[in-house]
Amino acid sequence: MTVLEQTPGRDDSGARPTPTAAWRPRTDPAALLPDETPFRLLGTSARLDKERKELWRELYRRLVHGRRYNQQATALTKQGRLAVYPSSTGQEACEVAAALALSEQDWLFPSYRDTLAAVARGLDPVQALTLLRGDWHTGYDPRETRVAPLSTPLATQLPHAVGLAHAARLRGDDVVALAMVGDGGTSEGDFHEALNFAAVWKAPVVFLVQNNGFAISVPLAKQTAAPSIAHKAVGYGMPGRLVDGNDAPAVHQVLAEAVERARSGGGPTLVEALTYRVEAHTNADDATRYRSDDEVAPWREHDPVRVLERELRQRRLLTDAEAEEAAADAERMAARLRDRMNAEPLLDPRDLFAHVYAEPTTQLREQDAMLRAELAAEDEPGEPGAAGHDHQHDQQHEREHQHEHQHQDQERAA
Amino acid sequence: MTTATSAASAGARREGPGRTERPRRPAGPAPTTMAQAINRALRDAMAEDDTVHVLGEDVGALGGVFRVTDGLTAEFGEDRCTDTPLAEAGILGTATGMAMYGLRPVVEMQFDAFAYPAFEQLVSHVARMRNRTRGALPMPLTIRIPYGGGIGGVEHHSDSSEAYYMATPGLHVVTPATVADAYGMLRRAIASDDPVVFLEPKRLYWSKETLDLSEPPRTEPFGRAAVRRAGTSATLITYGPSLPVCLEAAEAAREEGWELEVLDLRTLVPFDDETVCAAVRRTGRAVVVHEATGFAGPGAEIAARITERCFHHLQAPVLRVTGFDIPYPPPMLEKHHLPGVDRILDAVARLQWESQYTEGGTP
Ligand SMILES: Cc1ncc(C[n+]2csc(CCOP(=O)(O)OP(=O)(O)O)c2C)c(N)n1
Ligand SMILES: [Mg+2]
Repeated sequence: MTVLEQTPGRDDSGARPTPTAAWRPRTDPAALLPDETPFRLLGTSARLDKERKELWRELYRRLVHGRRYNQQATALTKQGRLAVYPSSTGQEACEVAAALALSEQDWLFPSYRDTLAAVARGLDPVQALTLLRGDWHTGYDPRETRVAPLSTPLATQLPHAVGLAHAARLRGDDVVALAMVGDGGTSEGDFHEALNFAAVWKAPVVFLVQNNGFAISVPLAKQTAAPSIAHKAVGYGMPGRLVDGNDAPAVHQVLAEAVERARSGGGPTLVEALTYRVEAHTNADDATRYRSDDEVAPWREHDPVRVLERELRQRRLLTDAEAEEAAADAERMAARLRDRMNAEPLLDPRDLFAHVYAEPTTQLREQDAMLRAELAAEDEPGEPGAAGHDHQHDQQHEREHQHEHQHQDQERAA
Repeated sequence: MTTATSAASAGARREGPGRTERPRRPAGPAPTTMAQAINRALRDAMAEDDTVHVLGEDVGALGGVFRVTDGLTAEFGEDRCTDTPLAEAGILGTATGMAMYGLRPVVEMQFDAFAYPAFEQLVSHVARMRNRTRGALPMPLTIRIPYGGGIGGVEHHSDSSEAYYMATPGLHVVTPATVADAYGMLRRAIASDDPVVFLEPKRLYWSKETLDLSEPPRTEPFGRAAVRRAGTSATLITYGPSLPVCLEAAEAAREEGWELEVLDLRTLVPFDDETVCAAVRRTGRAVVVHEATGFAGPGAEIAARITERCFHHLQAPVLRVTGFDIPYPPPMLEKHHLPGVDRILDAVARLQWESQYTEGGTP
């Protein structure tokens, strides 16, 4: 029943005018409410469907792979090979399920913590780490991979996902966008605006909130007084789903249903996955300042890799050999990643000016020329303090360069 | 597979409602307001390219609070000219996603001061997306913002916010001062593969020129200033809403024996150092005029650039006539704030006319 239908005396002698259809509340809230307890498959009587054992094994292999990837990336920060790494250790079920729930043509909108989801989607692991290595901001082509750039300003990627999904629908294309955000990010205005736009436009979007308990140091209780994050969906007129974020088959099922709903024109869904950030916020954070080991310990037990492996073994869906092969495969990936990350990345300072605009402005060309002249002076052998010495030369060089471009401009304008 | 790239090639057009039976243009020159010229530019762009989408608050049935989008929804349908929920960050954020998919969104911000909620999307994403992805994700997005004062608007309806945008690498920042430019520059903005902040001087919305829109005016590429009045005594450097004021001042200055050159910058980014410096080298004296506050305002940048490039040609320091360094005043006091003819002439008088070595006396 909608709010309006509940209003007593609605049909009484016109005491209260009936609102026109355009501004009437349209949605029955009951159908949008999340389950009271997080949806689970592992360790429940629902049991994993043997028919789909290939999916369960695939999830397992990717979780093992993902865990090893997180460990390796964290190790690379200690060796100075990554500027920073916000690890998704303990959250691999969400990362992997998000990637697997999407079809080839769909788009993923990850946050800074979701490198693994991008890799699980098939992105080159080194390219996926470009932002965190620091050799550029985004190291892959988002259109080719259909993975948006990892987004650092919290929740700002969510309206992008809505706009892209909306655009695809307007063009008649079958594309769903899945956008990832943290619990803290749900306090941002962009979270609200994205969900509202998505629901109004019935955009084919799925919002996945990984509620990992913390926004750096701040627990969820200081972010929101809502019954749950999933409940917020009701306010926008979309369904909210609550799922155990460490139960990979459950997360996969809930996301797959939401993706299917979006694909078939049913509009957006908000999914809250309850999980836990087992590591510190990043390698630069000290989690002991705001939480105790006692709090973390049970989550290490309810580990997504472990709980899936236990159940698959119990149900004889995973053999020792298969588990060993998954581990060996992950080890090979880690070794390759190490090797590649130990090579110095190719850096070209001229890239700094090349992509600010489609065509560099005159001012950027001047600055580019200046930097090039500085670099050339540094390279000159046996010329300590060459920078000052070369000043005159720089100016000459710059003038020539400018002249050359003015000439080109005139040609273009003609 | 249908992907972004297919939509990105704007060549692939679908038949849309806008393809049929568009009203014929009246042939021949006719008096046209700036608002009408902008409306026409939007219509022509939408008719030519079905990836052009207009989004904003009240842009549909109402045609925008300034009627600039009048008739677009009727002609092209709600999917092409869309009344969005009322949230500027959401509007620009979703437009960013649309541009990622290969569309060419044109976003309307209802007023200068109401564009601020979208600032994060603009600065952190729109301006950087191309650079961040080494050119893989260009942002062919136009953000139209009515700006400036002089229309008796109450608080938050008269800001000149151009310096914020100018200070953000990756954006083009342009502002027409003539009706013909309003048409031509908006067409260029929409066709641009880079994001353009298109600042519409709301005080000039109702200014009229006689234009023949059956032969739409073409405008030079961004980055070219225009000499609106020739003169030899000094150069007034201005843009947008201050252009008519400067032209009036130049006219009045003749009585004092000054022939003032008036330069309309048209595009603040990219900045036309060449034309500005050529002018200053000719006249040796320059006054920058704008409504925006002076401290760290556009004039500060312009004066610095002139000083760096043409110092030896200057007969006097570059002066600025700008809004005061105050929050925009209430409408009954705004006339004291806005640069007017007298204040411009006073500045011209202070340009050390007698000698560059003595205190400047007024002629
Ligand atoms: C707009 C914005 N404000 C602040 C930050 C700094 N910051 C980075 S991560 C973070 C915590 C985010 O927590 P949550 O959304 O729960 O995601 P999690 O890190 O737990 O995955 C903060 C405050 C930011 N990146 N963006
Ligand atoms: Mg969190």
